[in-house]
Amino acid sequence: MFINIEKRGINTGFDFLGSEAGFGILQSLIAYDEADSHGKVFIVGLLNTILVSVIGIIFASLIGLLVGVGRLSKNWMVSKLSMVYVETFRNIPILLQILFWYNVVLAALPSPKQSISFFDSIFFNNRGLYIPKPILESGFIAVIIAFILGIIAVVYLSNWAKKRHDETGEEFPLLGTSLAILIGAPVLVYFLSGTPATLEYAQLKGFNFRGGWTLIPELLALSFALSIYTATYIAEAVRAGIEAVPKGQKEAAHALGLKDYIILKKVVLPQALRVIIPPVINQYLNLVKNSSLATAIGYPELVTIFSGTSLNQVGQAIEIILMTMAVYLTLSILISVLMNYANKKMQIKER
Amino acid sequence: MAIYEKLEARAAPSNTKGVIHWAKENLFNSILSTVLTLVSFYFIYLVMPPLLDWMIFDATWSGTKDEITKDGARWIFIFEKFNQFIYGFYPEELYWRPNLALFIFLVYIIAFKKIDNIKVKAFMILSFPVITYILVAGGFGLEVVETDKWGGLLLTIIVASVGIIASFPIGIIFALGRQSHMPIIKTISVIYIEFIRGVPLITILFMASVILPLFFPEGMDFDKLLRALIGITLFQAAYIAEVIRGGLQAIPKGQYEAADALGLTYWKKMGLVILPQALKISIPNIVGSFISLFKDTTLILIIGLFDVLAMVTLTNSDTNWLGFETEGYVFVTMIYWVICFSMSKYAKSIENRFNTNHR
Repeated sequence: MFINIEKRGINTGFDFLGSEAGFGILQSLIAYDEADSHGKVFIVGLLNTILVSVIGIIFASLIGLLVGVGRLSKNWMVSKLSMVYVETFRNIPILLQILFWYNVVLAALPSPKQSISFFDSIFFNNRGLYIPKPILESGFIAVIIAFILGIIAVVYLSNWAKKRHDETGEEFPLLGTSLAILIGAPVLVYFLSGTPATLEYAQLKGFNFRGGWTLIPELLALSFALSIYTATYIAEAVRAGIEAVPKGQKEAAHALGLKDYIILKKVVLPQALRVIIPPVINQYLNLVKNSSLATAIGYPELVTIFSGTSLNQVGQAIEIILMTMAVYLTLSILISVLMNYANKKMQIKER
Repeated sequence: MAIYEKLEARAAPSNTKGVIHWAKENLFNSILSTVLTLVSFYFIYLVMPPLLDWMIFDATWSGTKDEITKDGARWIFIFEKFNQFIYGFYPEELYWRPNLALFIFLVYIIAFKKIDNIKVKAFMILSFPVITYILVAGGFGLEVVETDKWGGLLLTIIVASVGIIASFPIGIIFALGRQSHMPIIKTISVIYIEFIRGVPLITILFMASVILPLFFPEGMDFDKLLRALIGITLFQAAYIAEVIRGGLQAIPKGQYEAADALGLTYWKKMGLVILPQALKISIPNIVGSFISLFKDTTLILIIGLFDVLAMVTLTNSDTNWLGFETEGYVFVTMIYWVICFSMSKYAKSIENRFNTNHR
């Protein structure tokens, strides 16, 4: 079977991972230069895949939740606009959306000199989005410790509140208190320890901006398209989940005299989430897999730089494509194991 | 002496019906709702007028390239390149062949409902791919058109339909395999389905287009389109298998037991009792899976085939027509949107027709 491969003079094995890559990469989360190996290229690509997936999942969930709830709104305008959003973006191929954002919308932005700026600290132009970068000093560790202590405090507080609720039936304003602790404590420590962090602003030097954080147009186009497209499916899942809660449940809760937000929190959401979570897991998986379409616009994630550039240089298609597939399989399995665990926790405990 | 005085009927109070009442109920029923309504109106005001101006009022619909004076869409580009968007590089004098195939398809669809004879129906279903293939590819006295000439919407539709038709039987086999009591068959099916569903379609297309040829002897060339079709079919089969498994699981156990009690063999039990019911339940999801496949066919542009989306870049590489990407993308968007939207509406309608769950 491999005779035909050897005849073509193609090497086999994984030695190529150690050899020098010799090409630059547009964006890298870890230090990388041309002298690094193909193994390092693999890591850089993997991290960029994870980066765009995480951004996509966060925004797709937010938009999806908003639009899904919007479709059930009593406000006619809001529900119709939400419907138009879902029907428009769900019926256009994701690759087409990526290309459209990249080649049409982002390409039409002004040049760095005419950047659109917000408060003179965020700049948006055809080279990307520039945001201030926080420079952390050594004292910042105290703020992180305060945040971790805050999390521990909130866990204890919620256990205590639950116990008290079970015993006395009294509600404790848990959400507000937790937020206050989680935000308040680090902020307080930040000022007490003498503001150990500063912001580095992007500045126009010559033809381009220097400093700050840069989000390259490829990353922006891919994140926009992935979140907007996946959000349509998440919105439908959210709507189906809320609609699946029998009307009698809400009526019964009303009859008991519960307030609207308590009905939502304690009656509707727990039941709706059971229906919502499984399809949403599938959408997260789809988003991660769809991030591979980055190769069409050259965002340097796994498929673009490893199955693309590295493959072209070393020509070992079998090893490289199997490694790429293995990464997505592993990510898929990881996400579904995590989510199935969450799903199990949400399930009705039948005794 | 009249004690009772007849009162004239009064008009209903204006606040219980009509536009104002409707607006009060649906747009301004609370402070939050009022704010949302106003924000929505502002949003529409921001988006719609410029969009309509660009697409219709300021658009250039006719004339030549040099006559463009307005800033709106320049649809003359689409008219100029229309044939390329639809047929790719298919020889112009042979356009009648795919057109005829489409015509036969429409006639079959209309005739299909009127014909009751199951043998005629089976003949129609089986003969159609053969007729289409001969018409599009040539042979049997017709001039042969190489597959690298196929392109545009024609190619998109061919890839999608082959993927749909070929993946169906494979999907059914894997769905049955996954439900099977034989451990080896079950394991193979589970691994196949989970593997394919766990990786992106483009890695499968890469596998079909880059790895597959490595295993063939040198000089043996394997058609590029055929390789893509194999990849897409293998991919789609895994998804169809899962959809049909859902249908199989919804069949009550009593149906299996009844078929067993009648002494039916496995294939008779499945073919005559279980699968017809399972497929009926799965139809909406099968259509959903077809819609995804139709959208996913765009990915073949990554391995160098020229489907309708790839045509945007290609038509733009004409030095006389540079800078018309926007019009091209919008046109292709509309094609996909109309086709996918109608398919999903069709799926909704069959879902309603088969919905025996009266509540």
